[in-house]
Amino acid sequence: MSDLILTPNIPGADDFYAELLATHEGLTKADSDALNARLVLVLANHIGDRAVLSAALQAAALRKEDAA
Amino acid sequence: MNQMSDKKIFEVPLYAYQRSPDQDAATPARRKVVIIGAGPVGLAAAIDFAQQGIEAVVLDDNDKVSFGSRAICFAKRPLEILGRLGCGHEMVEKGVEWEVGKVFFDDRQVYEFNLLPEKGHEFPAFINLQQYYFEEYLVNRVRAMQETGAPIEIRGRNKVLRVADKGDHVNLLIDTPEGEYPLEADWLIACDGAGSPTRAMMGLDFVGRVFEDNFLIADVIMEADFPTERWFWFDPPFNKGQSALLHKQPDGVWRIDLQLGWDIDKEEEKKPENVIPRLKQMLGDDVKFELEWVSIYTFQCRRMEKFRHGRVVFAGDAAHQVSPFGARGANSGLQDTDNLAWKLKLIMDGTAPESLLDSYDIERVHGADENILNSSRSTDFITPKSEMSRLLRDAVLDLSEAYDFARPLVNSGRLSVPCTYDGSPLNAPDALAGGPARTRPGAPCVDAPLGDGFLLKKLGDRFTLLTIGADAPEALDVDGIALDRLALEPTEAVAARYLGDATSAVYLIRPDQHVAARWPSYDEAAMRAAVARAIGKE
Repeated sequence: MSDLILTPNIPGADDFYAELLATHEGLTKADSDALNARLVLVLANHIGDRAVLSAALQAAALRKEDAA
Repeated sequence: MNQMSDKKIFEVPLYAYQRSPDQDAATPARRKVVIIGAGPVGLAAAIDFAQQGIEAVVLDDNDKVSFGSRAICFAKRPLEILGRLGCGHEMVEKGVEWEVGKVFFDDRQVYEFNLLPEKGHEFPAFINLQQYYFEEYLVNRVRAMQETGAPIEIRGRNKVLRVADKGDHVNLLIDTPEGEYPLEADWLIACDGAGSPTRAMMGLDFVGRVFEDNFLIADVIMEADFPTERWFWFDPPFNKGQSALLHKQPDGVWRIDLQLGWDIDKEEEKKPENVIPRLKQMLGDDVKFELEWVSIYTFQCRRMEKFRHGRVVFAGDAAHQVSPFGARGANSGLQDTDNLAWKLKLIMDGTAPESLLDSYDIERVHGADENILNSSRSTDFITPKSEMSRLLRDAVLDLSEAYDFARPLVNSGRLSVPCTYDGSPLNAPDALAGGPARTRPGAPCVDAPLGDGFLLKKLGDRFTLLTIGADAPEALDVDGIALDRLALEPTEAVAARYLGDATSAVYLIRPDQHVAARWPSYDEAAMRAAVARAIGKE
């Protein structure tokens, strides 16, 4: 079981961020929210590891003490 | 007999009021077991007791089977229990078997599943059967037992007014069309439903979570081409923003379940002039149908803190209530009495200490918690209560149409599976290295084909010493428990279900067909200790 990575891990971070914005480009708020929800589920399934997912949920809630 | 006639079965008194000699007794009569409520759970309990030679009197304030179809979905484990009680096959013959489910979102099918039942079981994975038939067959079984002299009785229009636990018995005051009479019971089993008057009379708690939603159930009789499948809609065009379910029952009756939301006028919604247009929107204008039964329900997920209170034991919806998603109501009630009857029998015989009943609480509270957890989660998915839960729910549904990975997240009801009593004080530690997890101590035995029948039928309702490729004595008496050996050939199914990676096994099976202990080989001292443990003597 691996730990949740909370140090820089995406090569070409700016490119990724631009692609994330571009995917939302032109969408209504409702469609963007739906896309984000789908994205969370797609990524969560890719990770799969329940401990990493729990740590990610804690990290996203900005409760860093539980995320380690 | 079961043809549709002018009068439906639930309109005919099946156990009409008859004066009992107990009403004329000079001093209150004393009965061994009195059961309140002639629903599926109360009737199953009475049959179980009487089958084991214990006098059982069922009291019901009504004299007919359930009004309307109500519970319709019965799972394999309860059918196996009914098989043990001598009326499983009647249910299966009348019932509708189904395996395929379809899930729709908006106007499109997002996926289809098949329960793919495992081969080599006497009973199917699920049947749909109206509760009134279910109760009728139980009543028929009671009548057949009465003809052979079994100590079982149903008293219609006997309404319990007062219940008082006296420590070594329970006093009851009962109202009938001919006035009141007192009755005493060694043990009282309350199977009087979610609104249990017994629970209220005893001032006991029933706390949990209320779900703010209304559901319309319409049972319609129609000649339709829909296949025998479970169809579930999220947010369909004919019931925008809500859910819907279509399920087939015997006699051309279809169950339609429509979510209505919270702020509605129930009396208005129930009127045929409002129900029929809704159904036409769903079924199309040219489908001819007739309403058999309409009801609006709300639900809660809750349970009593303890199911046993002195000499009064609660079972079924009286003890715990769940949402209907997953068919976990009647199905779990039947597992309650399955768990209770043999324990009470041993206590009444003086073979087991009264503390054995504590394990009823532990094991069935565990079962109730499992059902409440599953049915609450289904309800949260089906009827999202916040903007974000709806957003995530819809994301799951949209993804499920495109990708397999999202399908396990779709929750249109997690169908009832038998409860495994992990951690029960009656279990011995699992000593069979490599043994299958599904038959670990606490699990209900998995059925398997034997040369001349099925395993569960052979187990019946007594303690059994089961061996597969291992030596053991043919019989053993442990503190008044007579164990008989059942030796199985290690056929493919038996090996897969009971050996796993082991080459031989010895199992101790309880009267409710749950595994109490297992080892690779027979050891008399270990077996004696496990039996003592399984009857609460440790």
